[in-house]
Amino acid sequence: MQDFAESIRVAFHLVVSADADLLEIIGLSLRVSLSALVVACLIGLPLGALLAIRRFPGRGVALVVVNSLMGLPPVVVGLIAYLSLSRAGPLGWLELLYTPTAMIIAQTVLVAPIVAALSRQLLEDLHKEYAEQFRSLCVPQRTAIAALIWDGRYSLLTVALAGFGRAIAEVGAVIIVGGNIDHLTRVMTTAIALETSKGDLPLALALGMVLLVIALVVNALVMALRTTAERYAYA
Amino acid sequence: MKSSILVLITSLLVGGAGLTAPARADDASIVVQSTTSTQNSGLYGYLLPLFKADTGITVHVVAVGTGQAINNARNCDGDVLLVHAKSAEQDFVSNGYGVARFDLMYNDFVIVGPPADPAGIGGGHNAVEALKKIAGAKALFASRGDNSGTHKKELALWKESGIDPTAASGQWYRETGSGMGATLNAGIGMSAYVLTDRATWISFANKGFFVILVEGDKALFNQYGVILVNPEKCPTVRAAAGQRFVDWLLSAPGQRAIGEYRRGGKQLFFPNAAPR
Repeated sequence: MQDFAESIRVAFHLVVSADADLLEIIGLSLRVSLSALVVACLIGLPLGALLAIRRFPGRGVALVVVNSLMGLPPVVVGLIAYLSLSRAGPLGWLELLYTPTAMIIAQTVLVAPIVAALSRQLLEDLHKEYAEQFRSLCVPQRTAIAALIWDGRYSLLTVALAGFGRAIAEVGAVIIVGGNIDHLTRVMTTAIALETSKGDLPLALALGMVLLVIALVVNALVMALRTTAERYAYA
Repeated sequence: MKSSILVLITSLLVGGAGLTAPARADDASIVVQSTTSTQNSGLYGYLLPLFKADTGITVHVVAVGTGQAINNARNCDGDVLLVHAKSAEQDFVSNGYGVARFDLMYNDFVIVGPPADPAGIGGGHNAVEALKKIAGAKALFASRGDNSGTHKKELALWKESGIDPTAASGQWYRETGSGMGATLNAGIGMSAYVLTDRATWISFANKGFFVILVEGDKALFNQYGVILVNPEKCPTVRAAAGQRFVDWLLSAPGQRAIGEYRRGGKQLFFPNAAPR
């Protein structure tokens, strides 16, 4: 189909010409999704670790809930965030609707359960190896959690990448709370949606290709970081 | 513990937001709740820099369907409402959500479809008759189905035709539940008739083989209106800046700019504000 050839040409042209609008949109996409990932990890990793090592009544229910929250539809999160952040909503006084911060909040809600659920599984497996040692040394729980997260850091990077993938790829939440405002809250996915609705399918697809390349670059960087760090750690 | 995490998160978010100026932090910006047709046709891209040059005010446009735009404005999530569904706009004002409604500009709706034209409506100038023929032939028709201005217009035309197309929903009557562009993409994809505003159609890049089949009916008139959201209902409204935007649009320079905007050599919007 000629649309594919055309969009490859458009994508190439956009990247080579370092189109200012495109760079702005890419920058915002990365800023929003990476910020959401950092916040989601701050919430999700300790939560995942707690669920991994602590035994308490209702733990099974908590696990099921966290696991199913991985499937939260972005558009529902966007709607809930909109209703909360709207002027008519309970958090309207924060004046956050239609700002990048609102988009970060929405994506954090999407990503945190992924980080929590995947890290819980990972850390629980790791904990099985360490549990006896922790017990014999009377390691306090907080220290144990920190040790588990630190020792599992390379595997947890993959968890973070899964979360990042979810954030950078979603459109349903950010288009509602961000409003897809030009030069303010327009990110890659909402720009793709907009160009599709204008009928400019080659440009929309070209933006999609650029987004794919960004995801590739981020993953490659993390992979390189991990390989290098592991080499030093075990050298 | 919980509160310290909250503080940490809040500071992160506020810090993150500080990197770019938040939309609402300064008085020199307003949020306009508007419709996709004005955005997708490039009108705002043309008007807003002119307005900014005149007044220094930045306008942030949230382009959604008219129904959603009105709803957002009701929630006080905008300073100005610029949409195209006159009776819904009048309700908005009479319920106290808007200060006053002004006619701003117009264009018209057209029915587009495949050149094969299975219902034989091509060349017609009567929208209601065309819809009757489409229903009679059970030819595919793609509806917005999203409570937008265009959708309201379409439903009014169906009502006049005495046909309830929703009875055939999912059969020949396909409600996409999405924006104008997405509905056009879907309609073209499945060779279905679509009612669209002319501005979106002219600037739409994925027309395929589709052509305008019905136009020039008075019933297809498409009036846009502009309303300042009522600061008495919504104390957060940037009333001064919003009023300047409304005044500018209705003024001679604003009206001239609307009339001057061209796409492919064609005028998309015709200013018709009453002289003030």
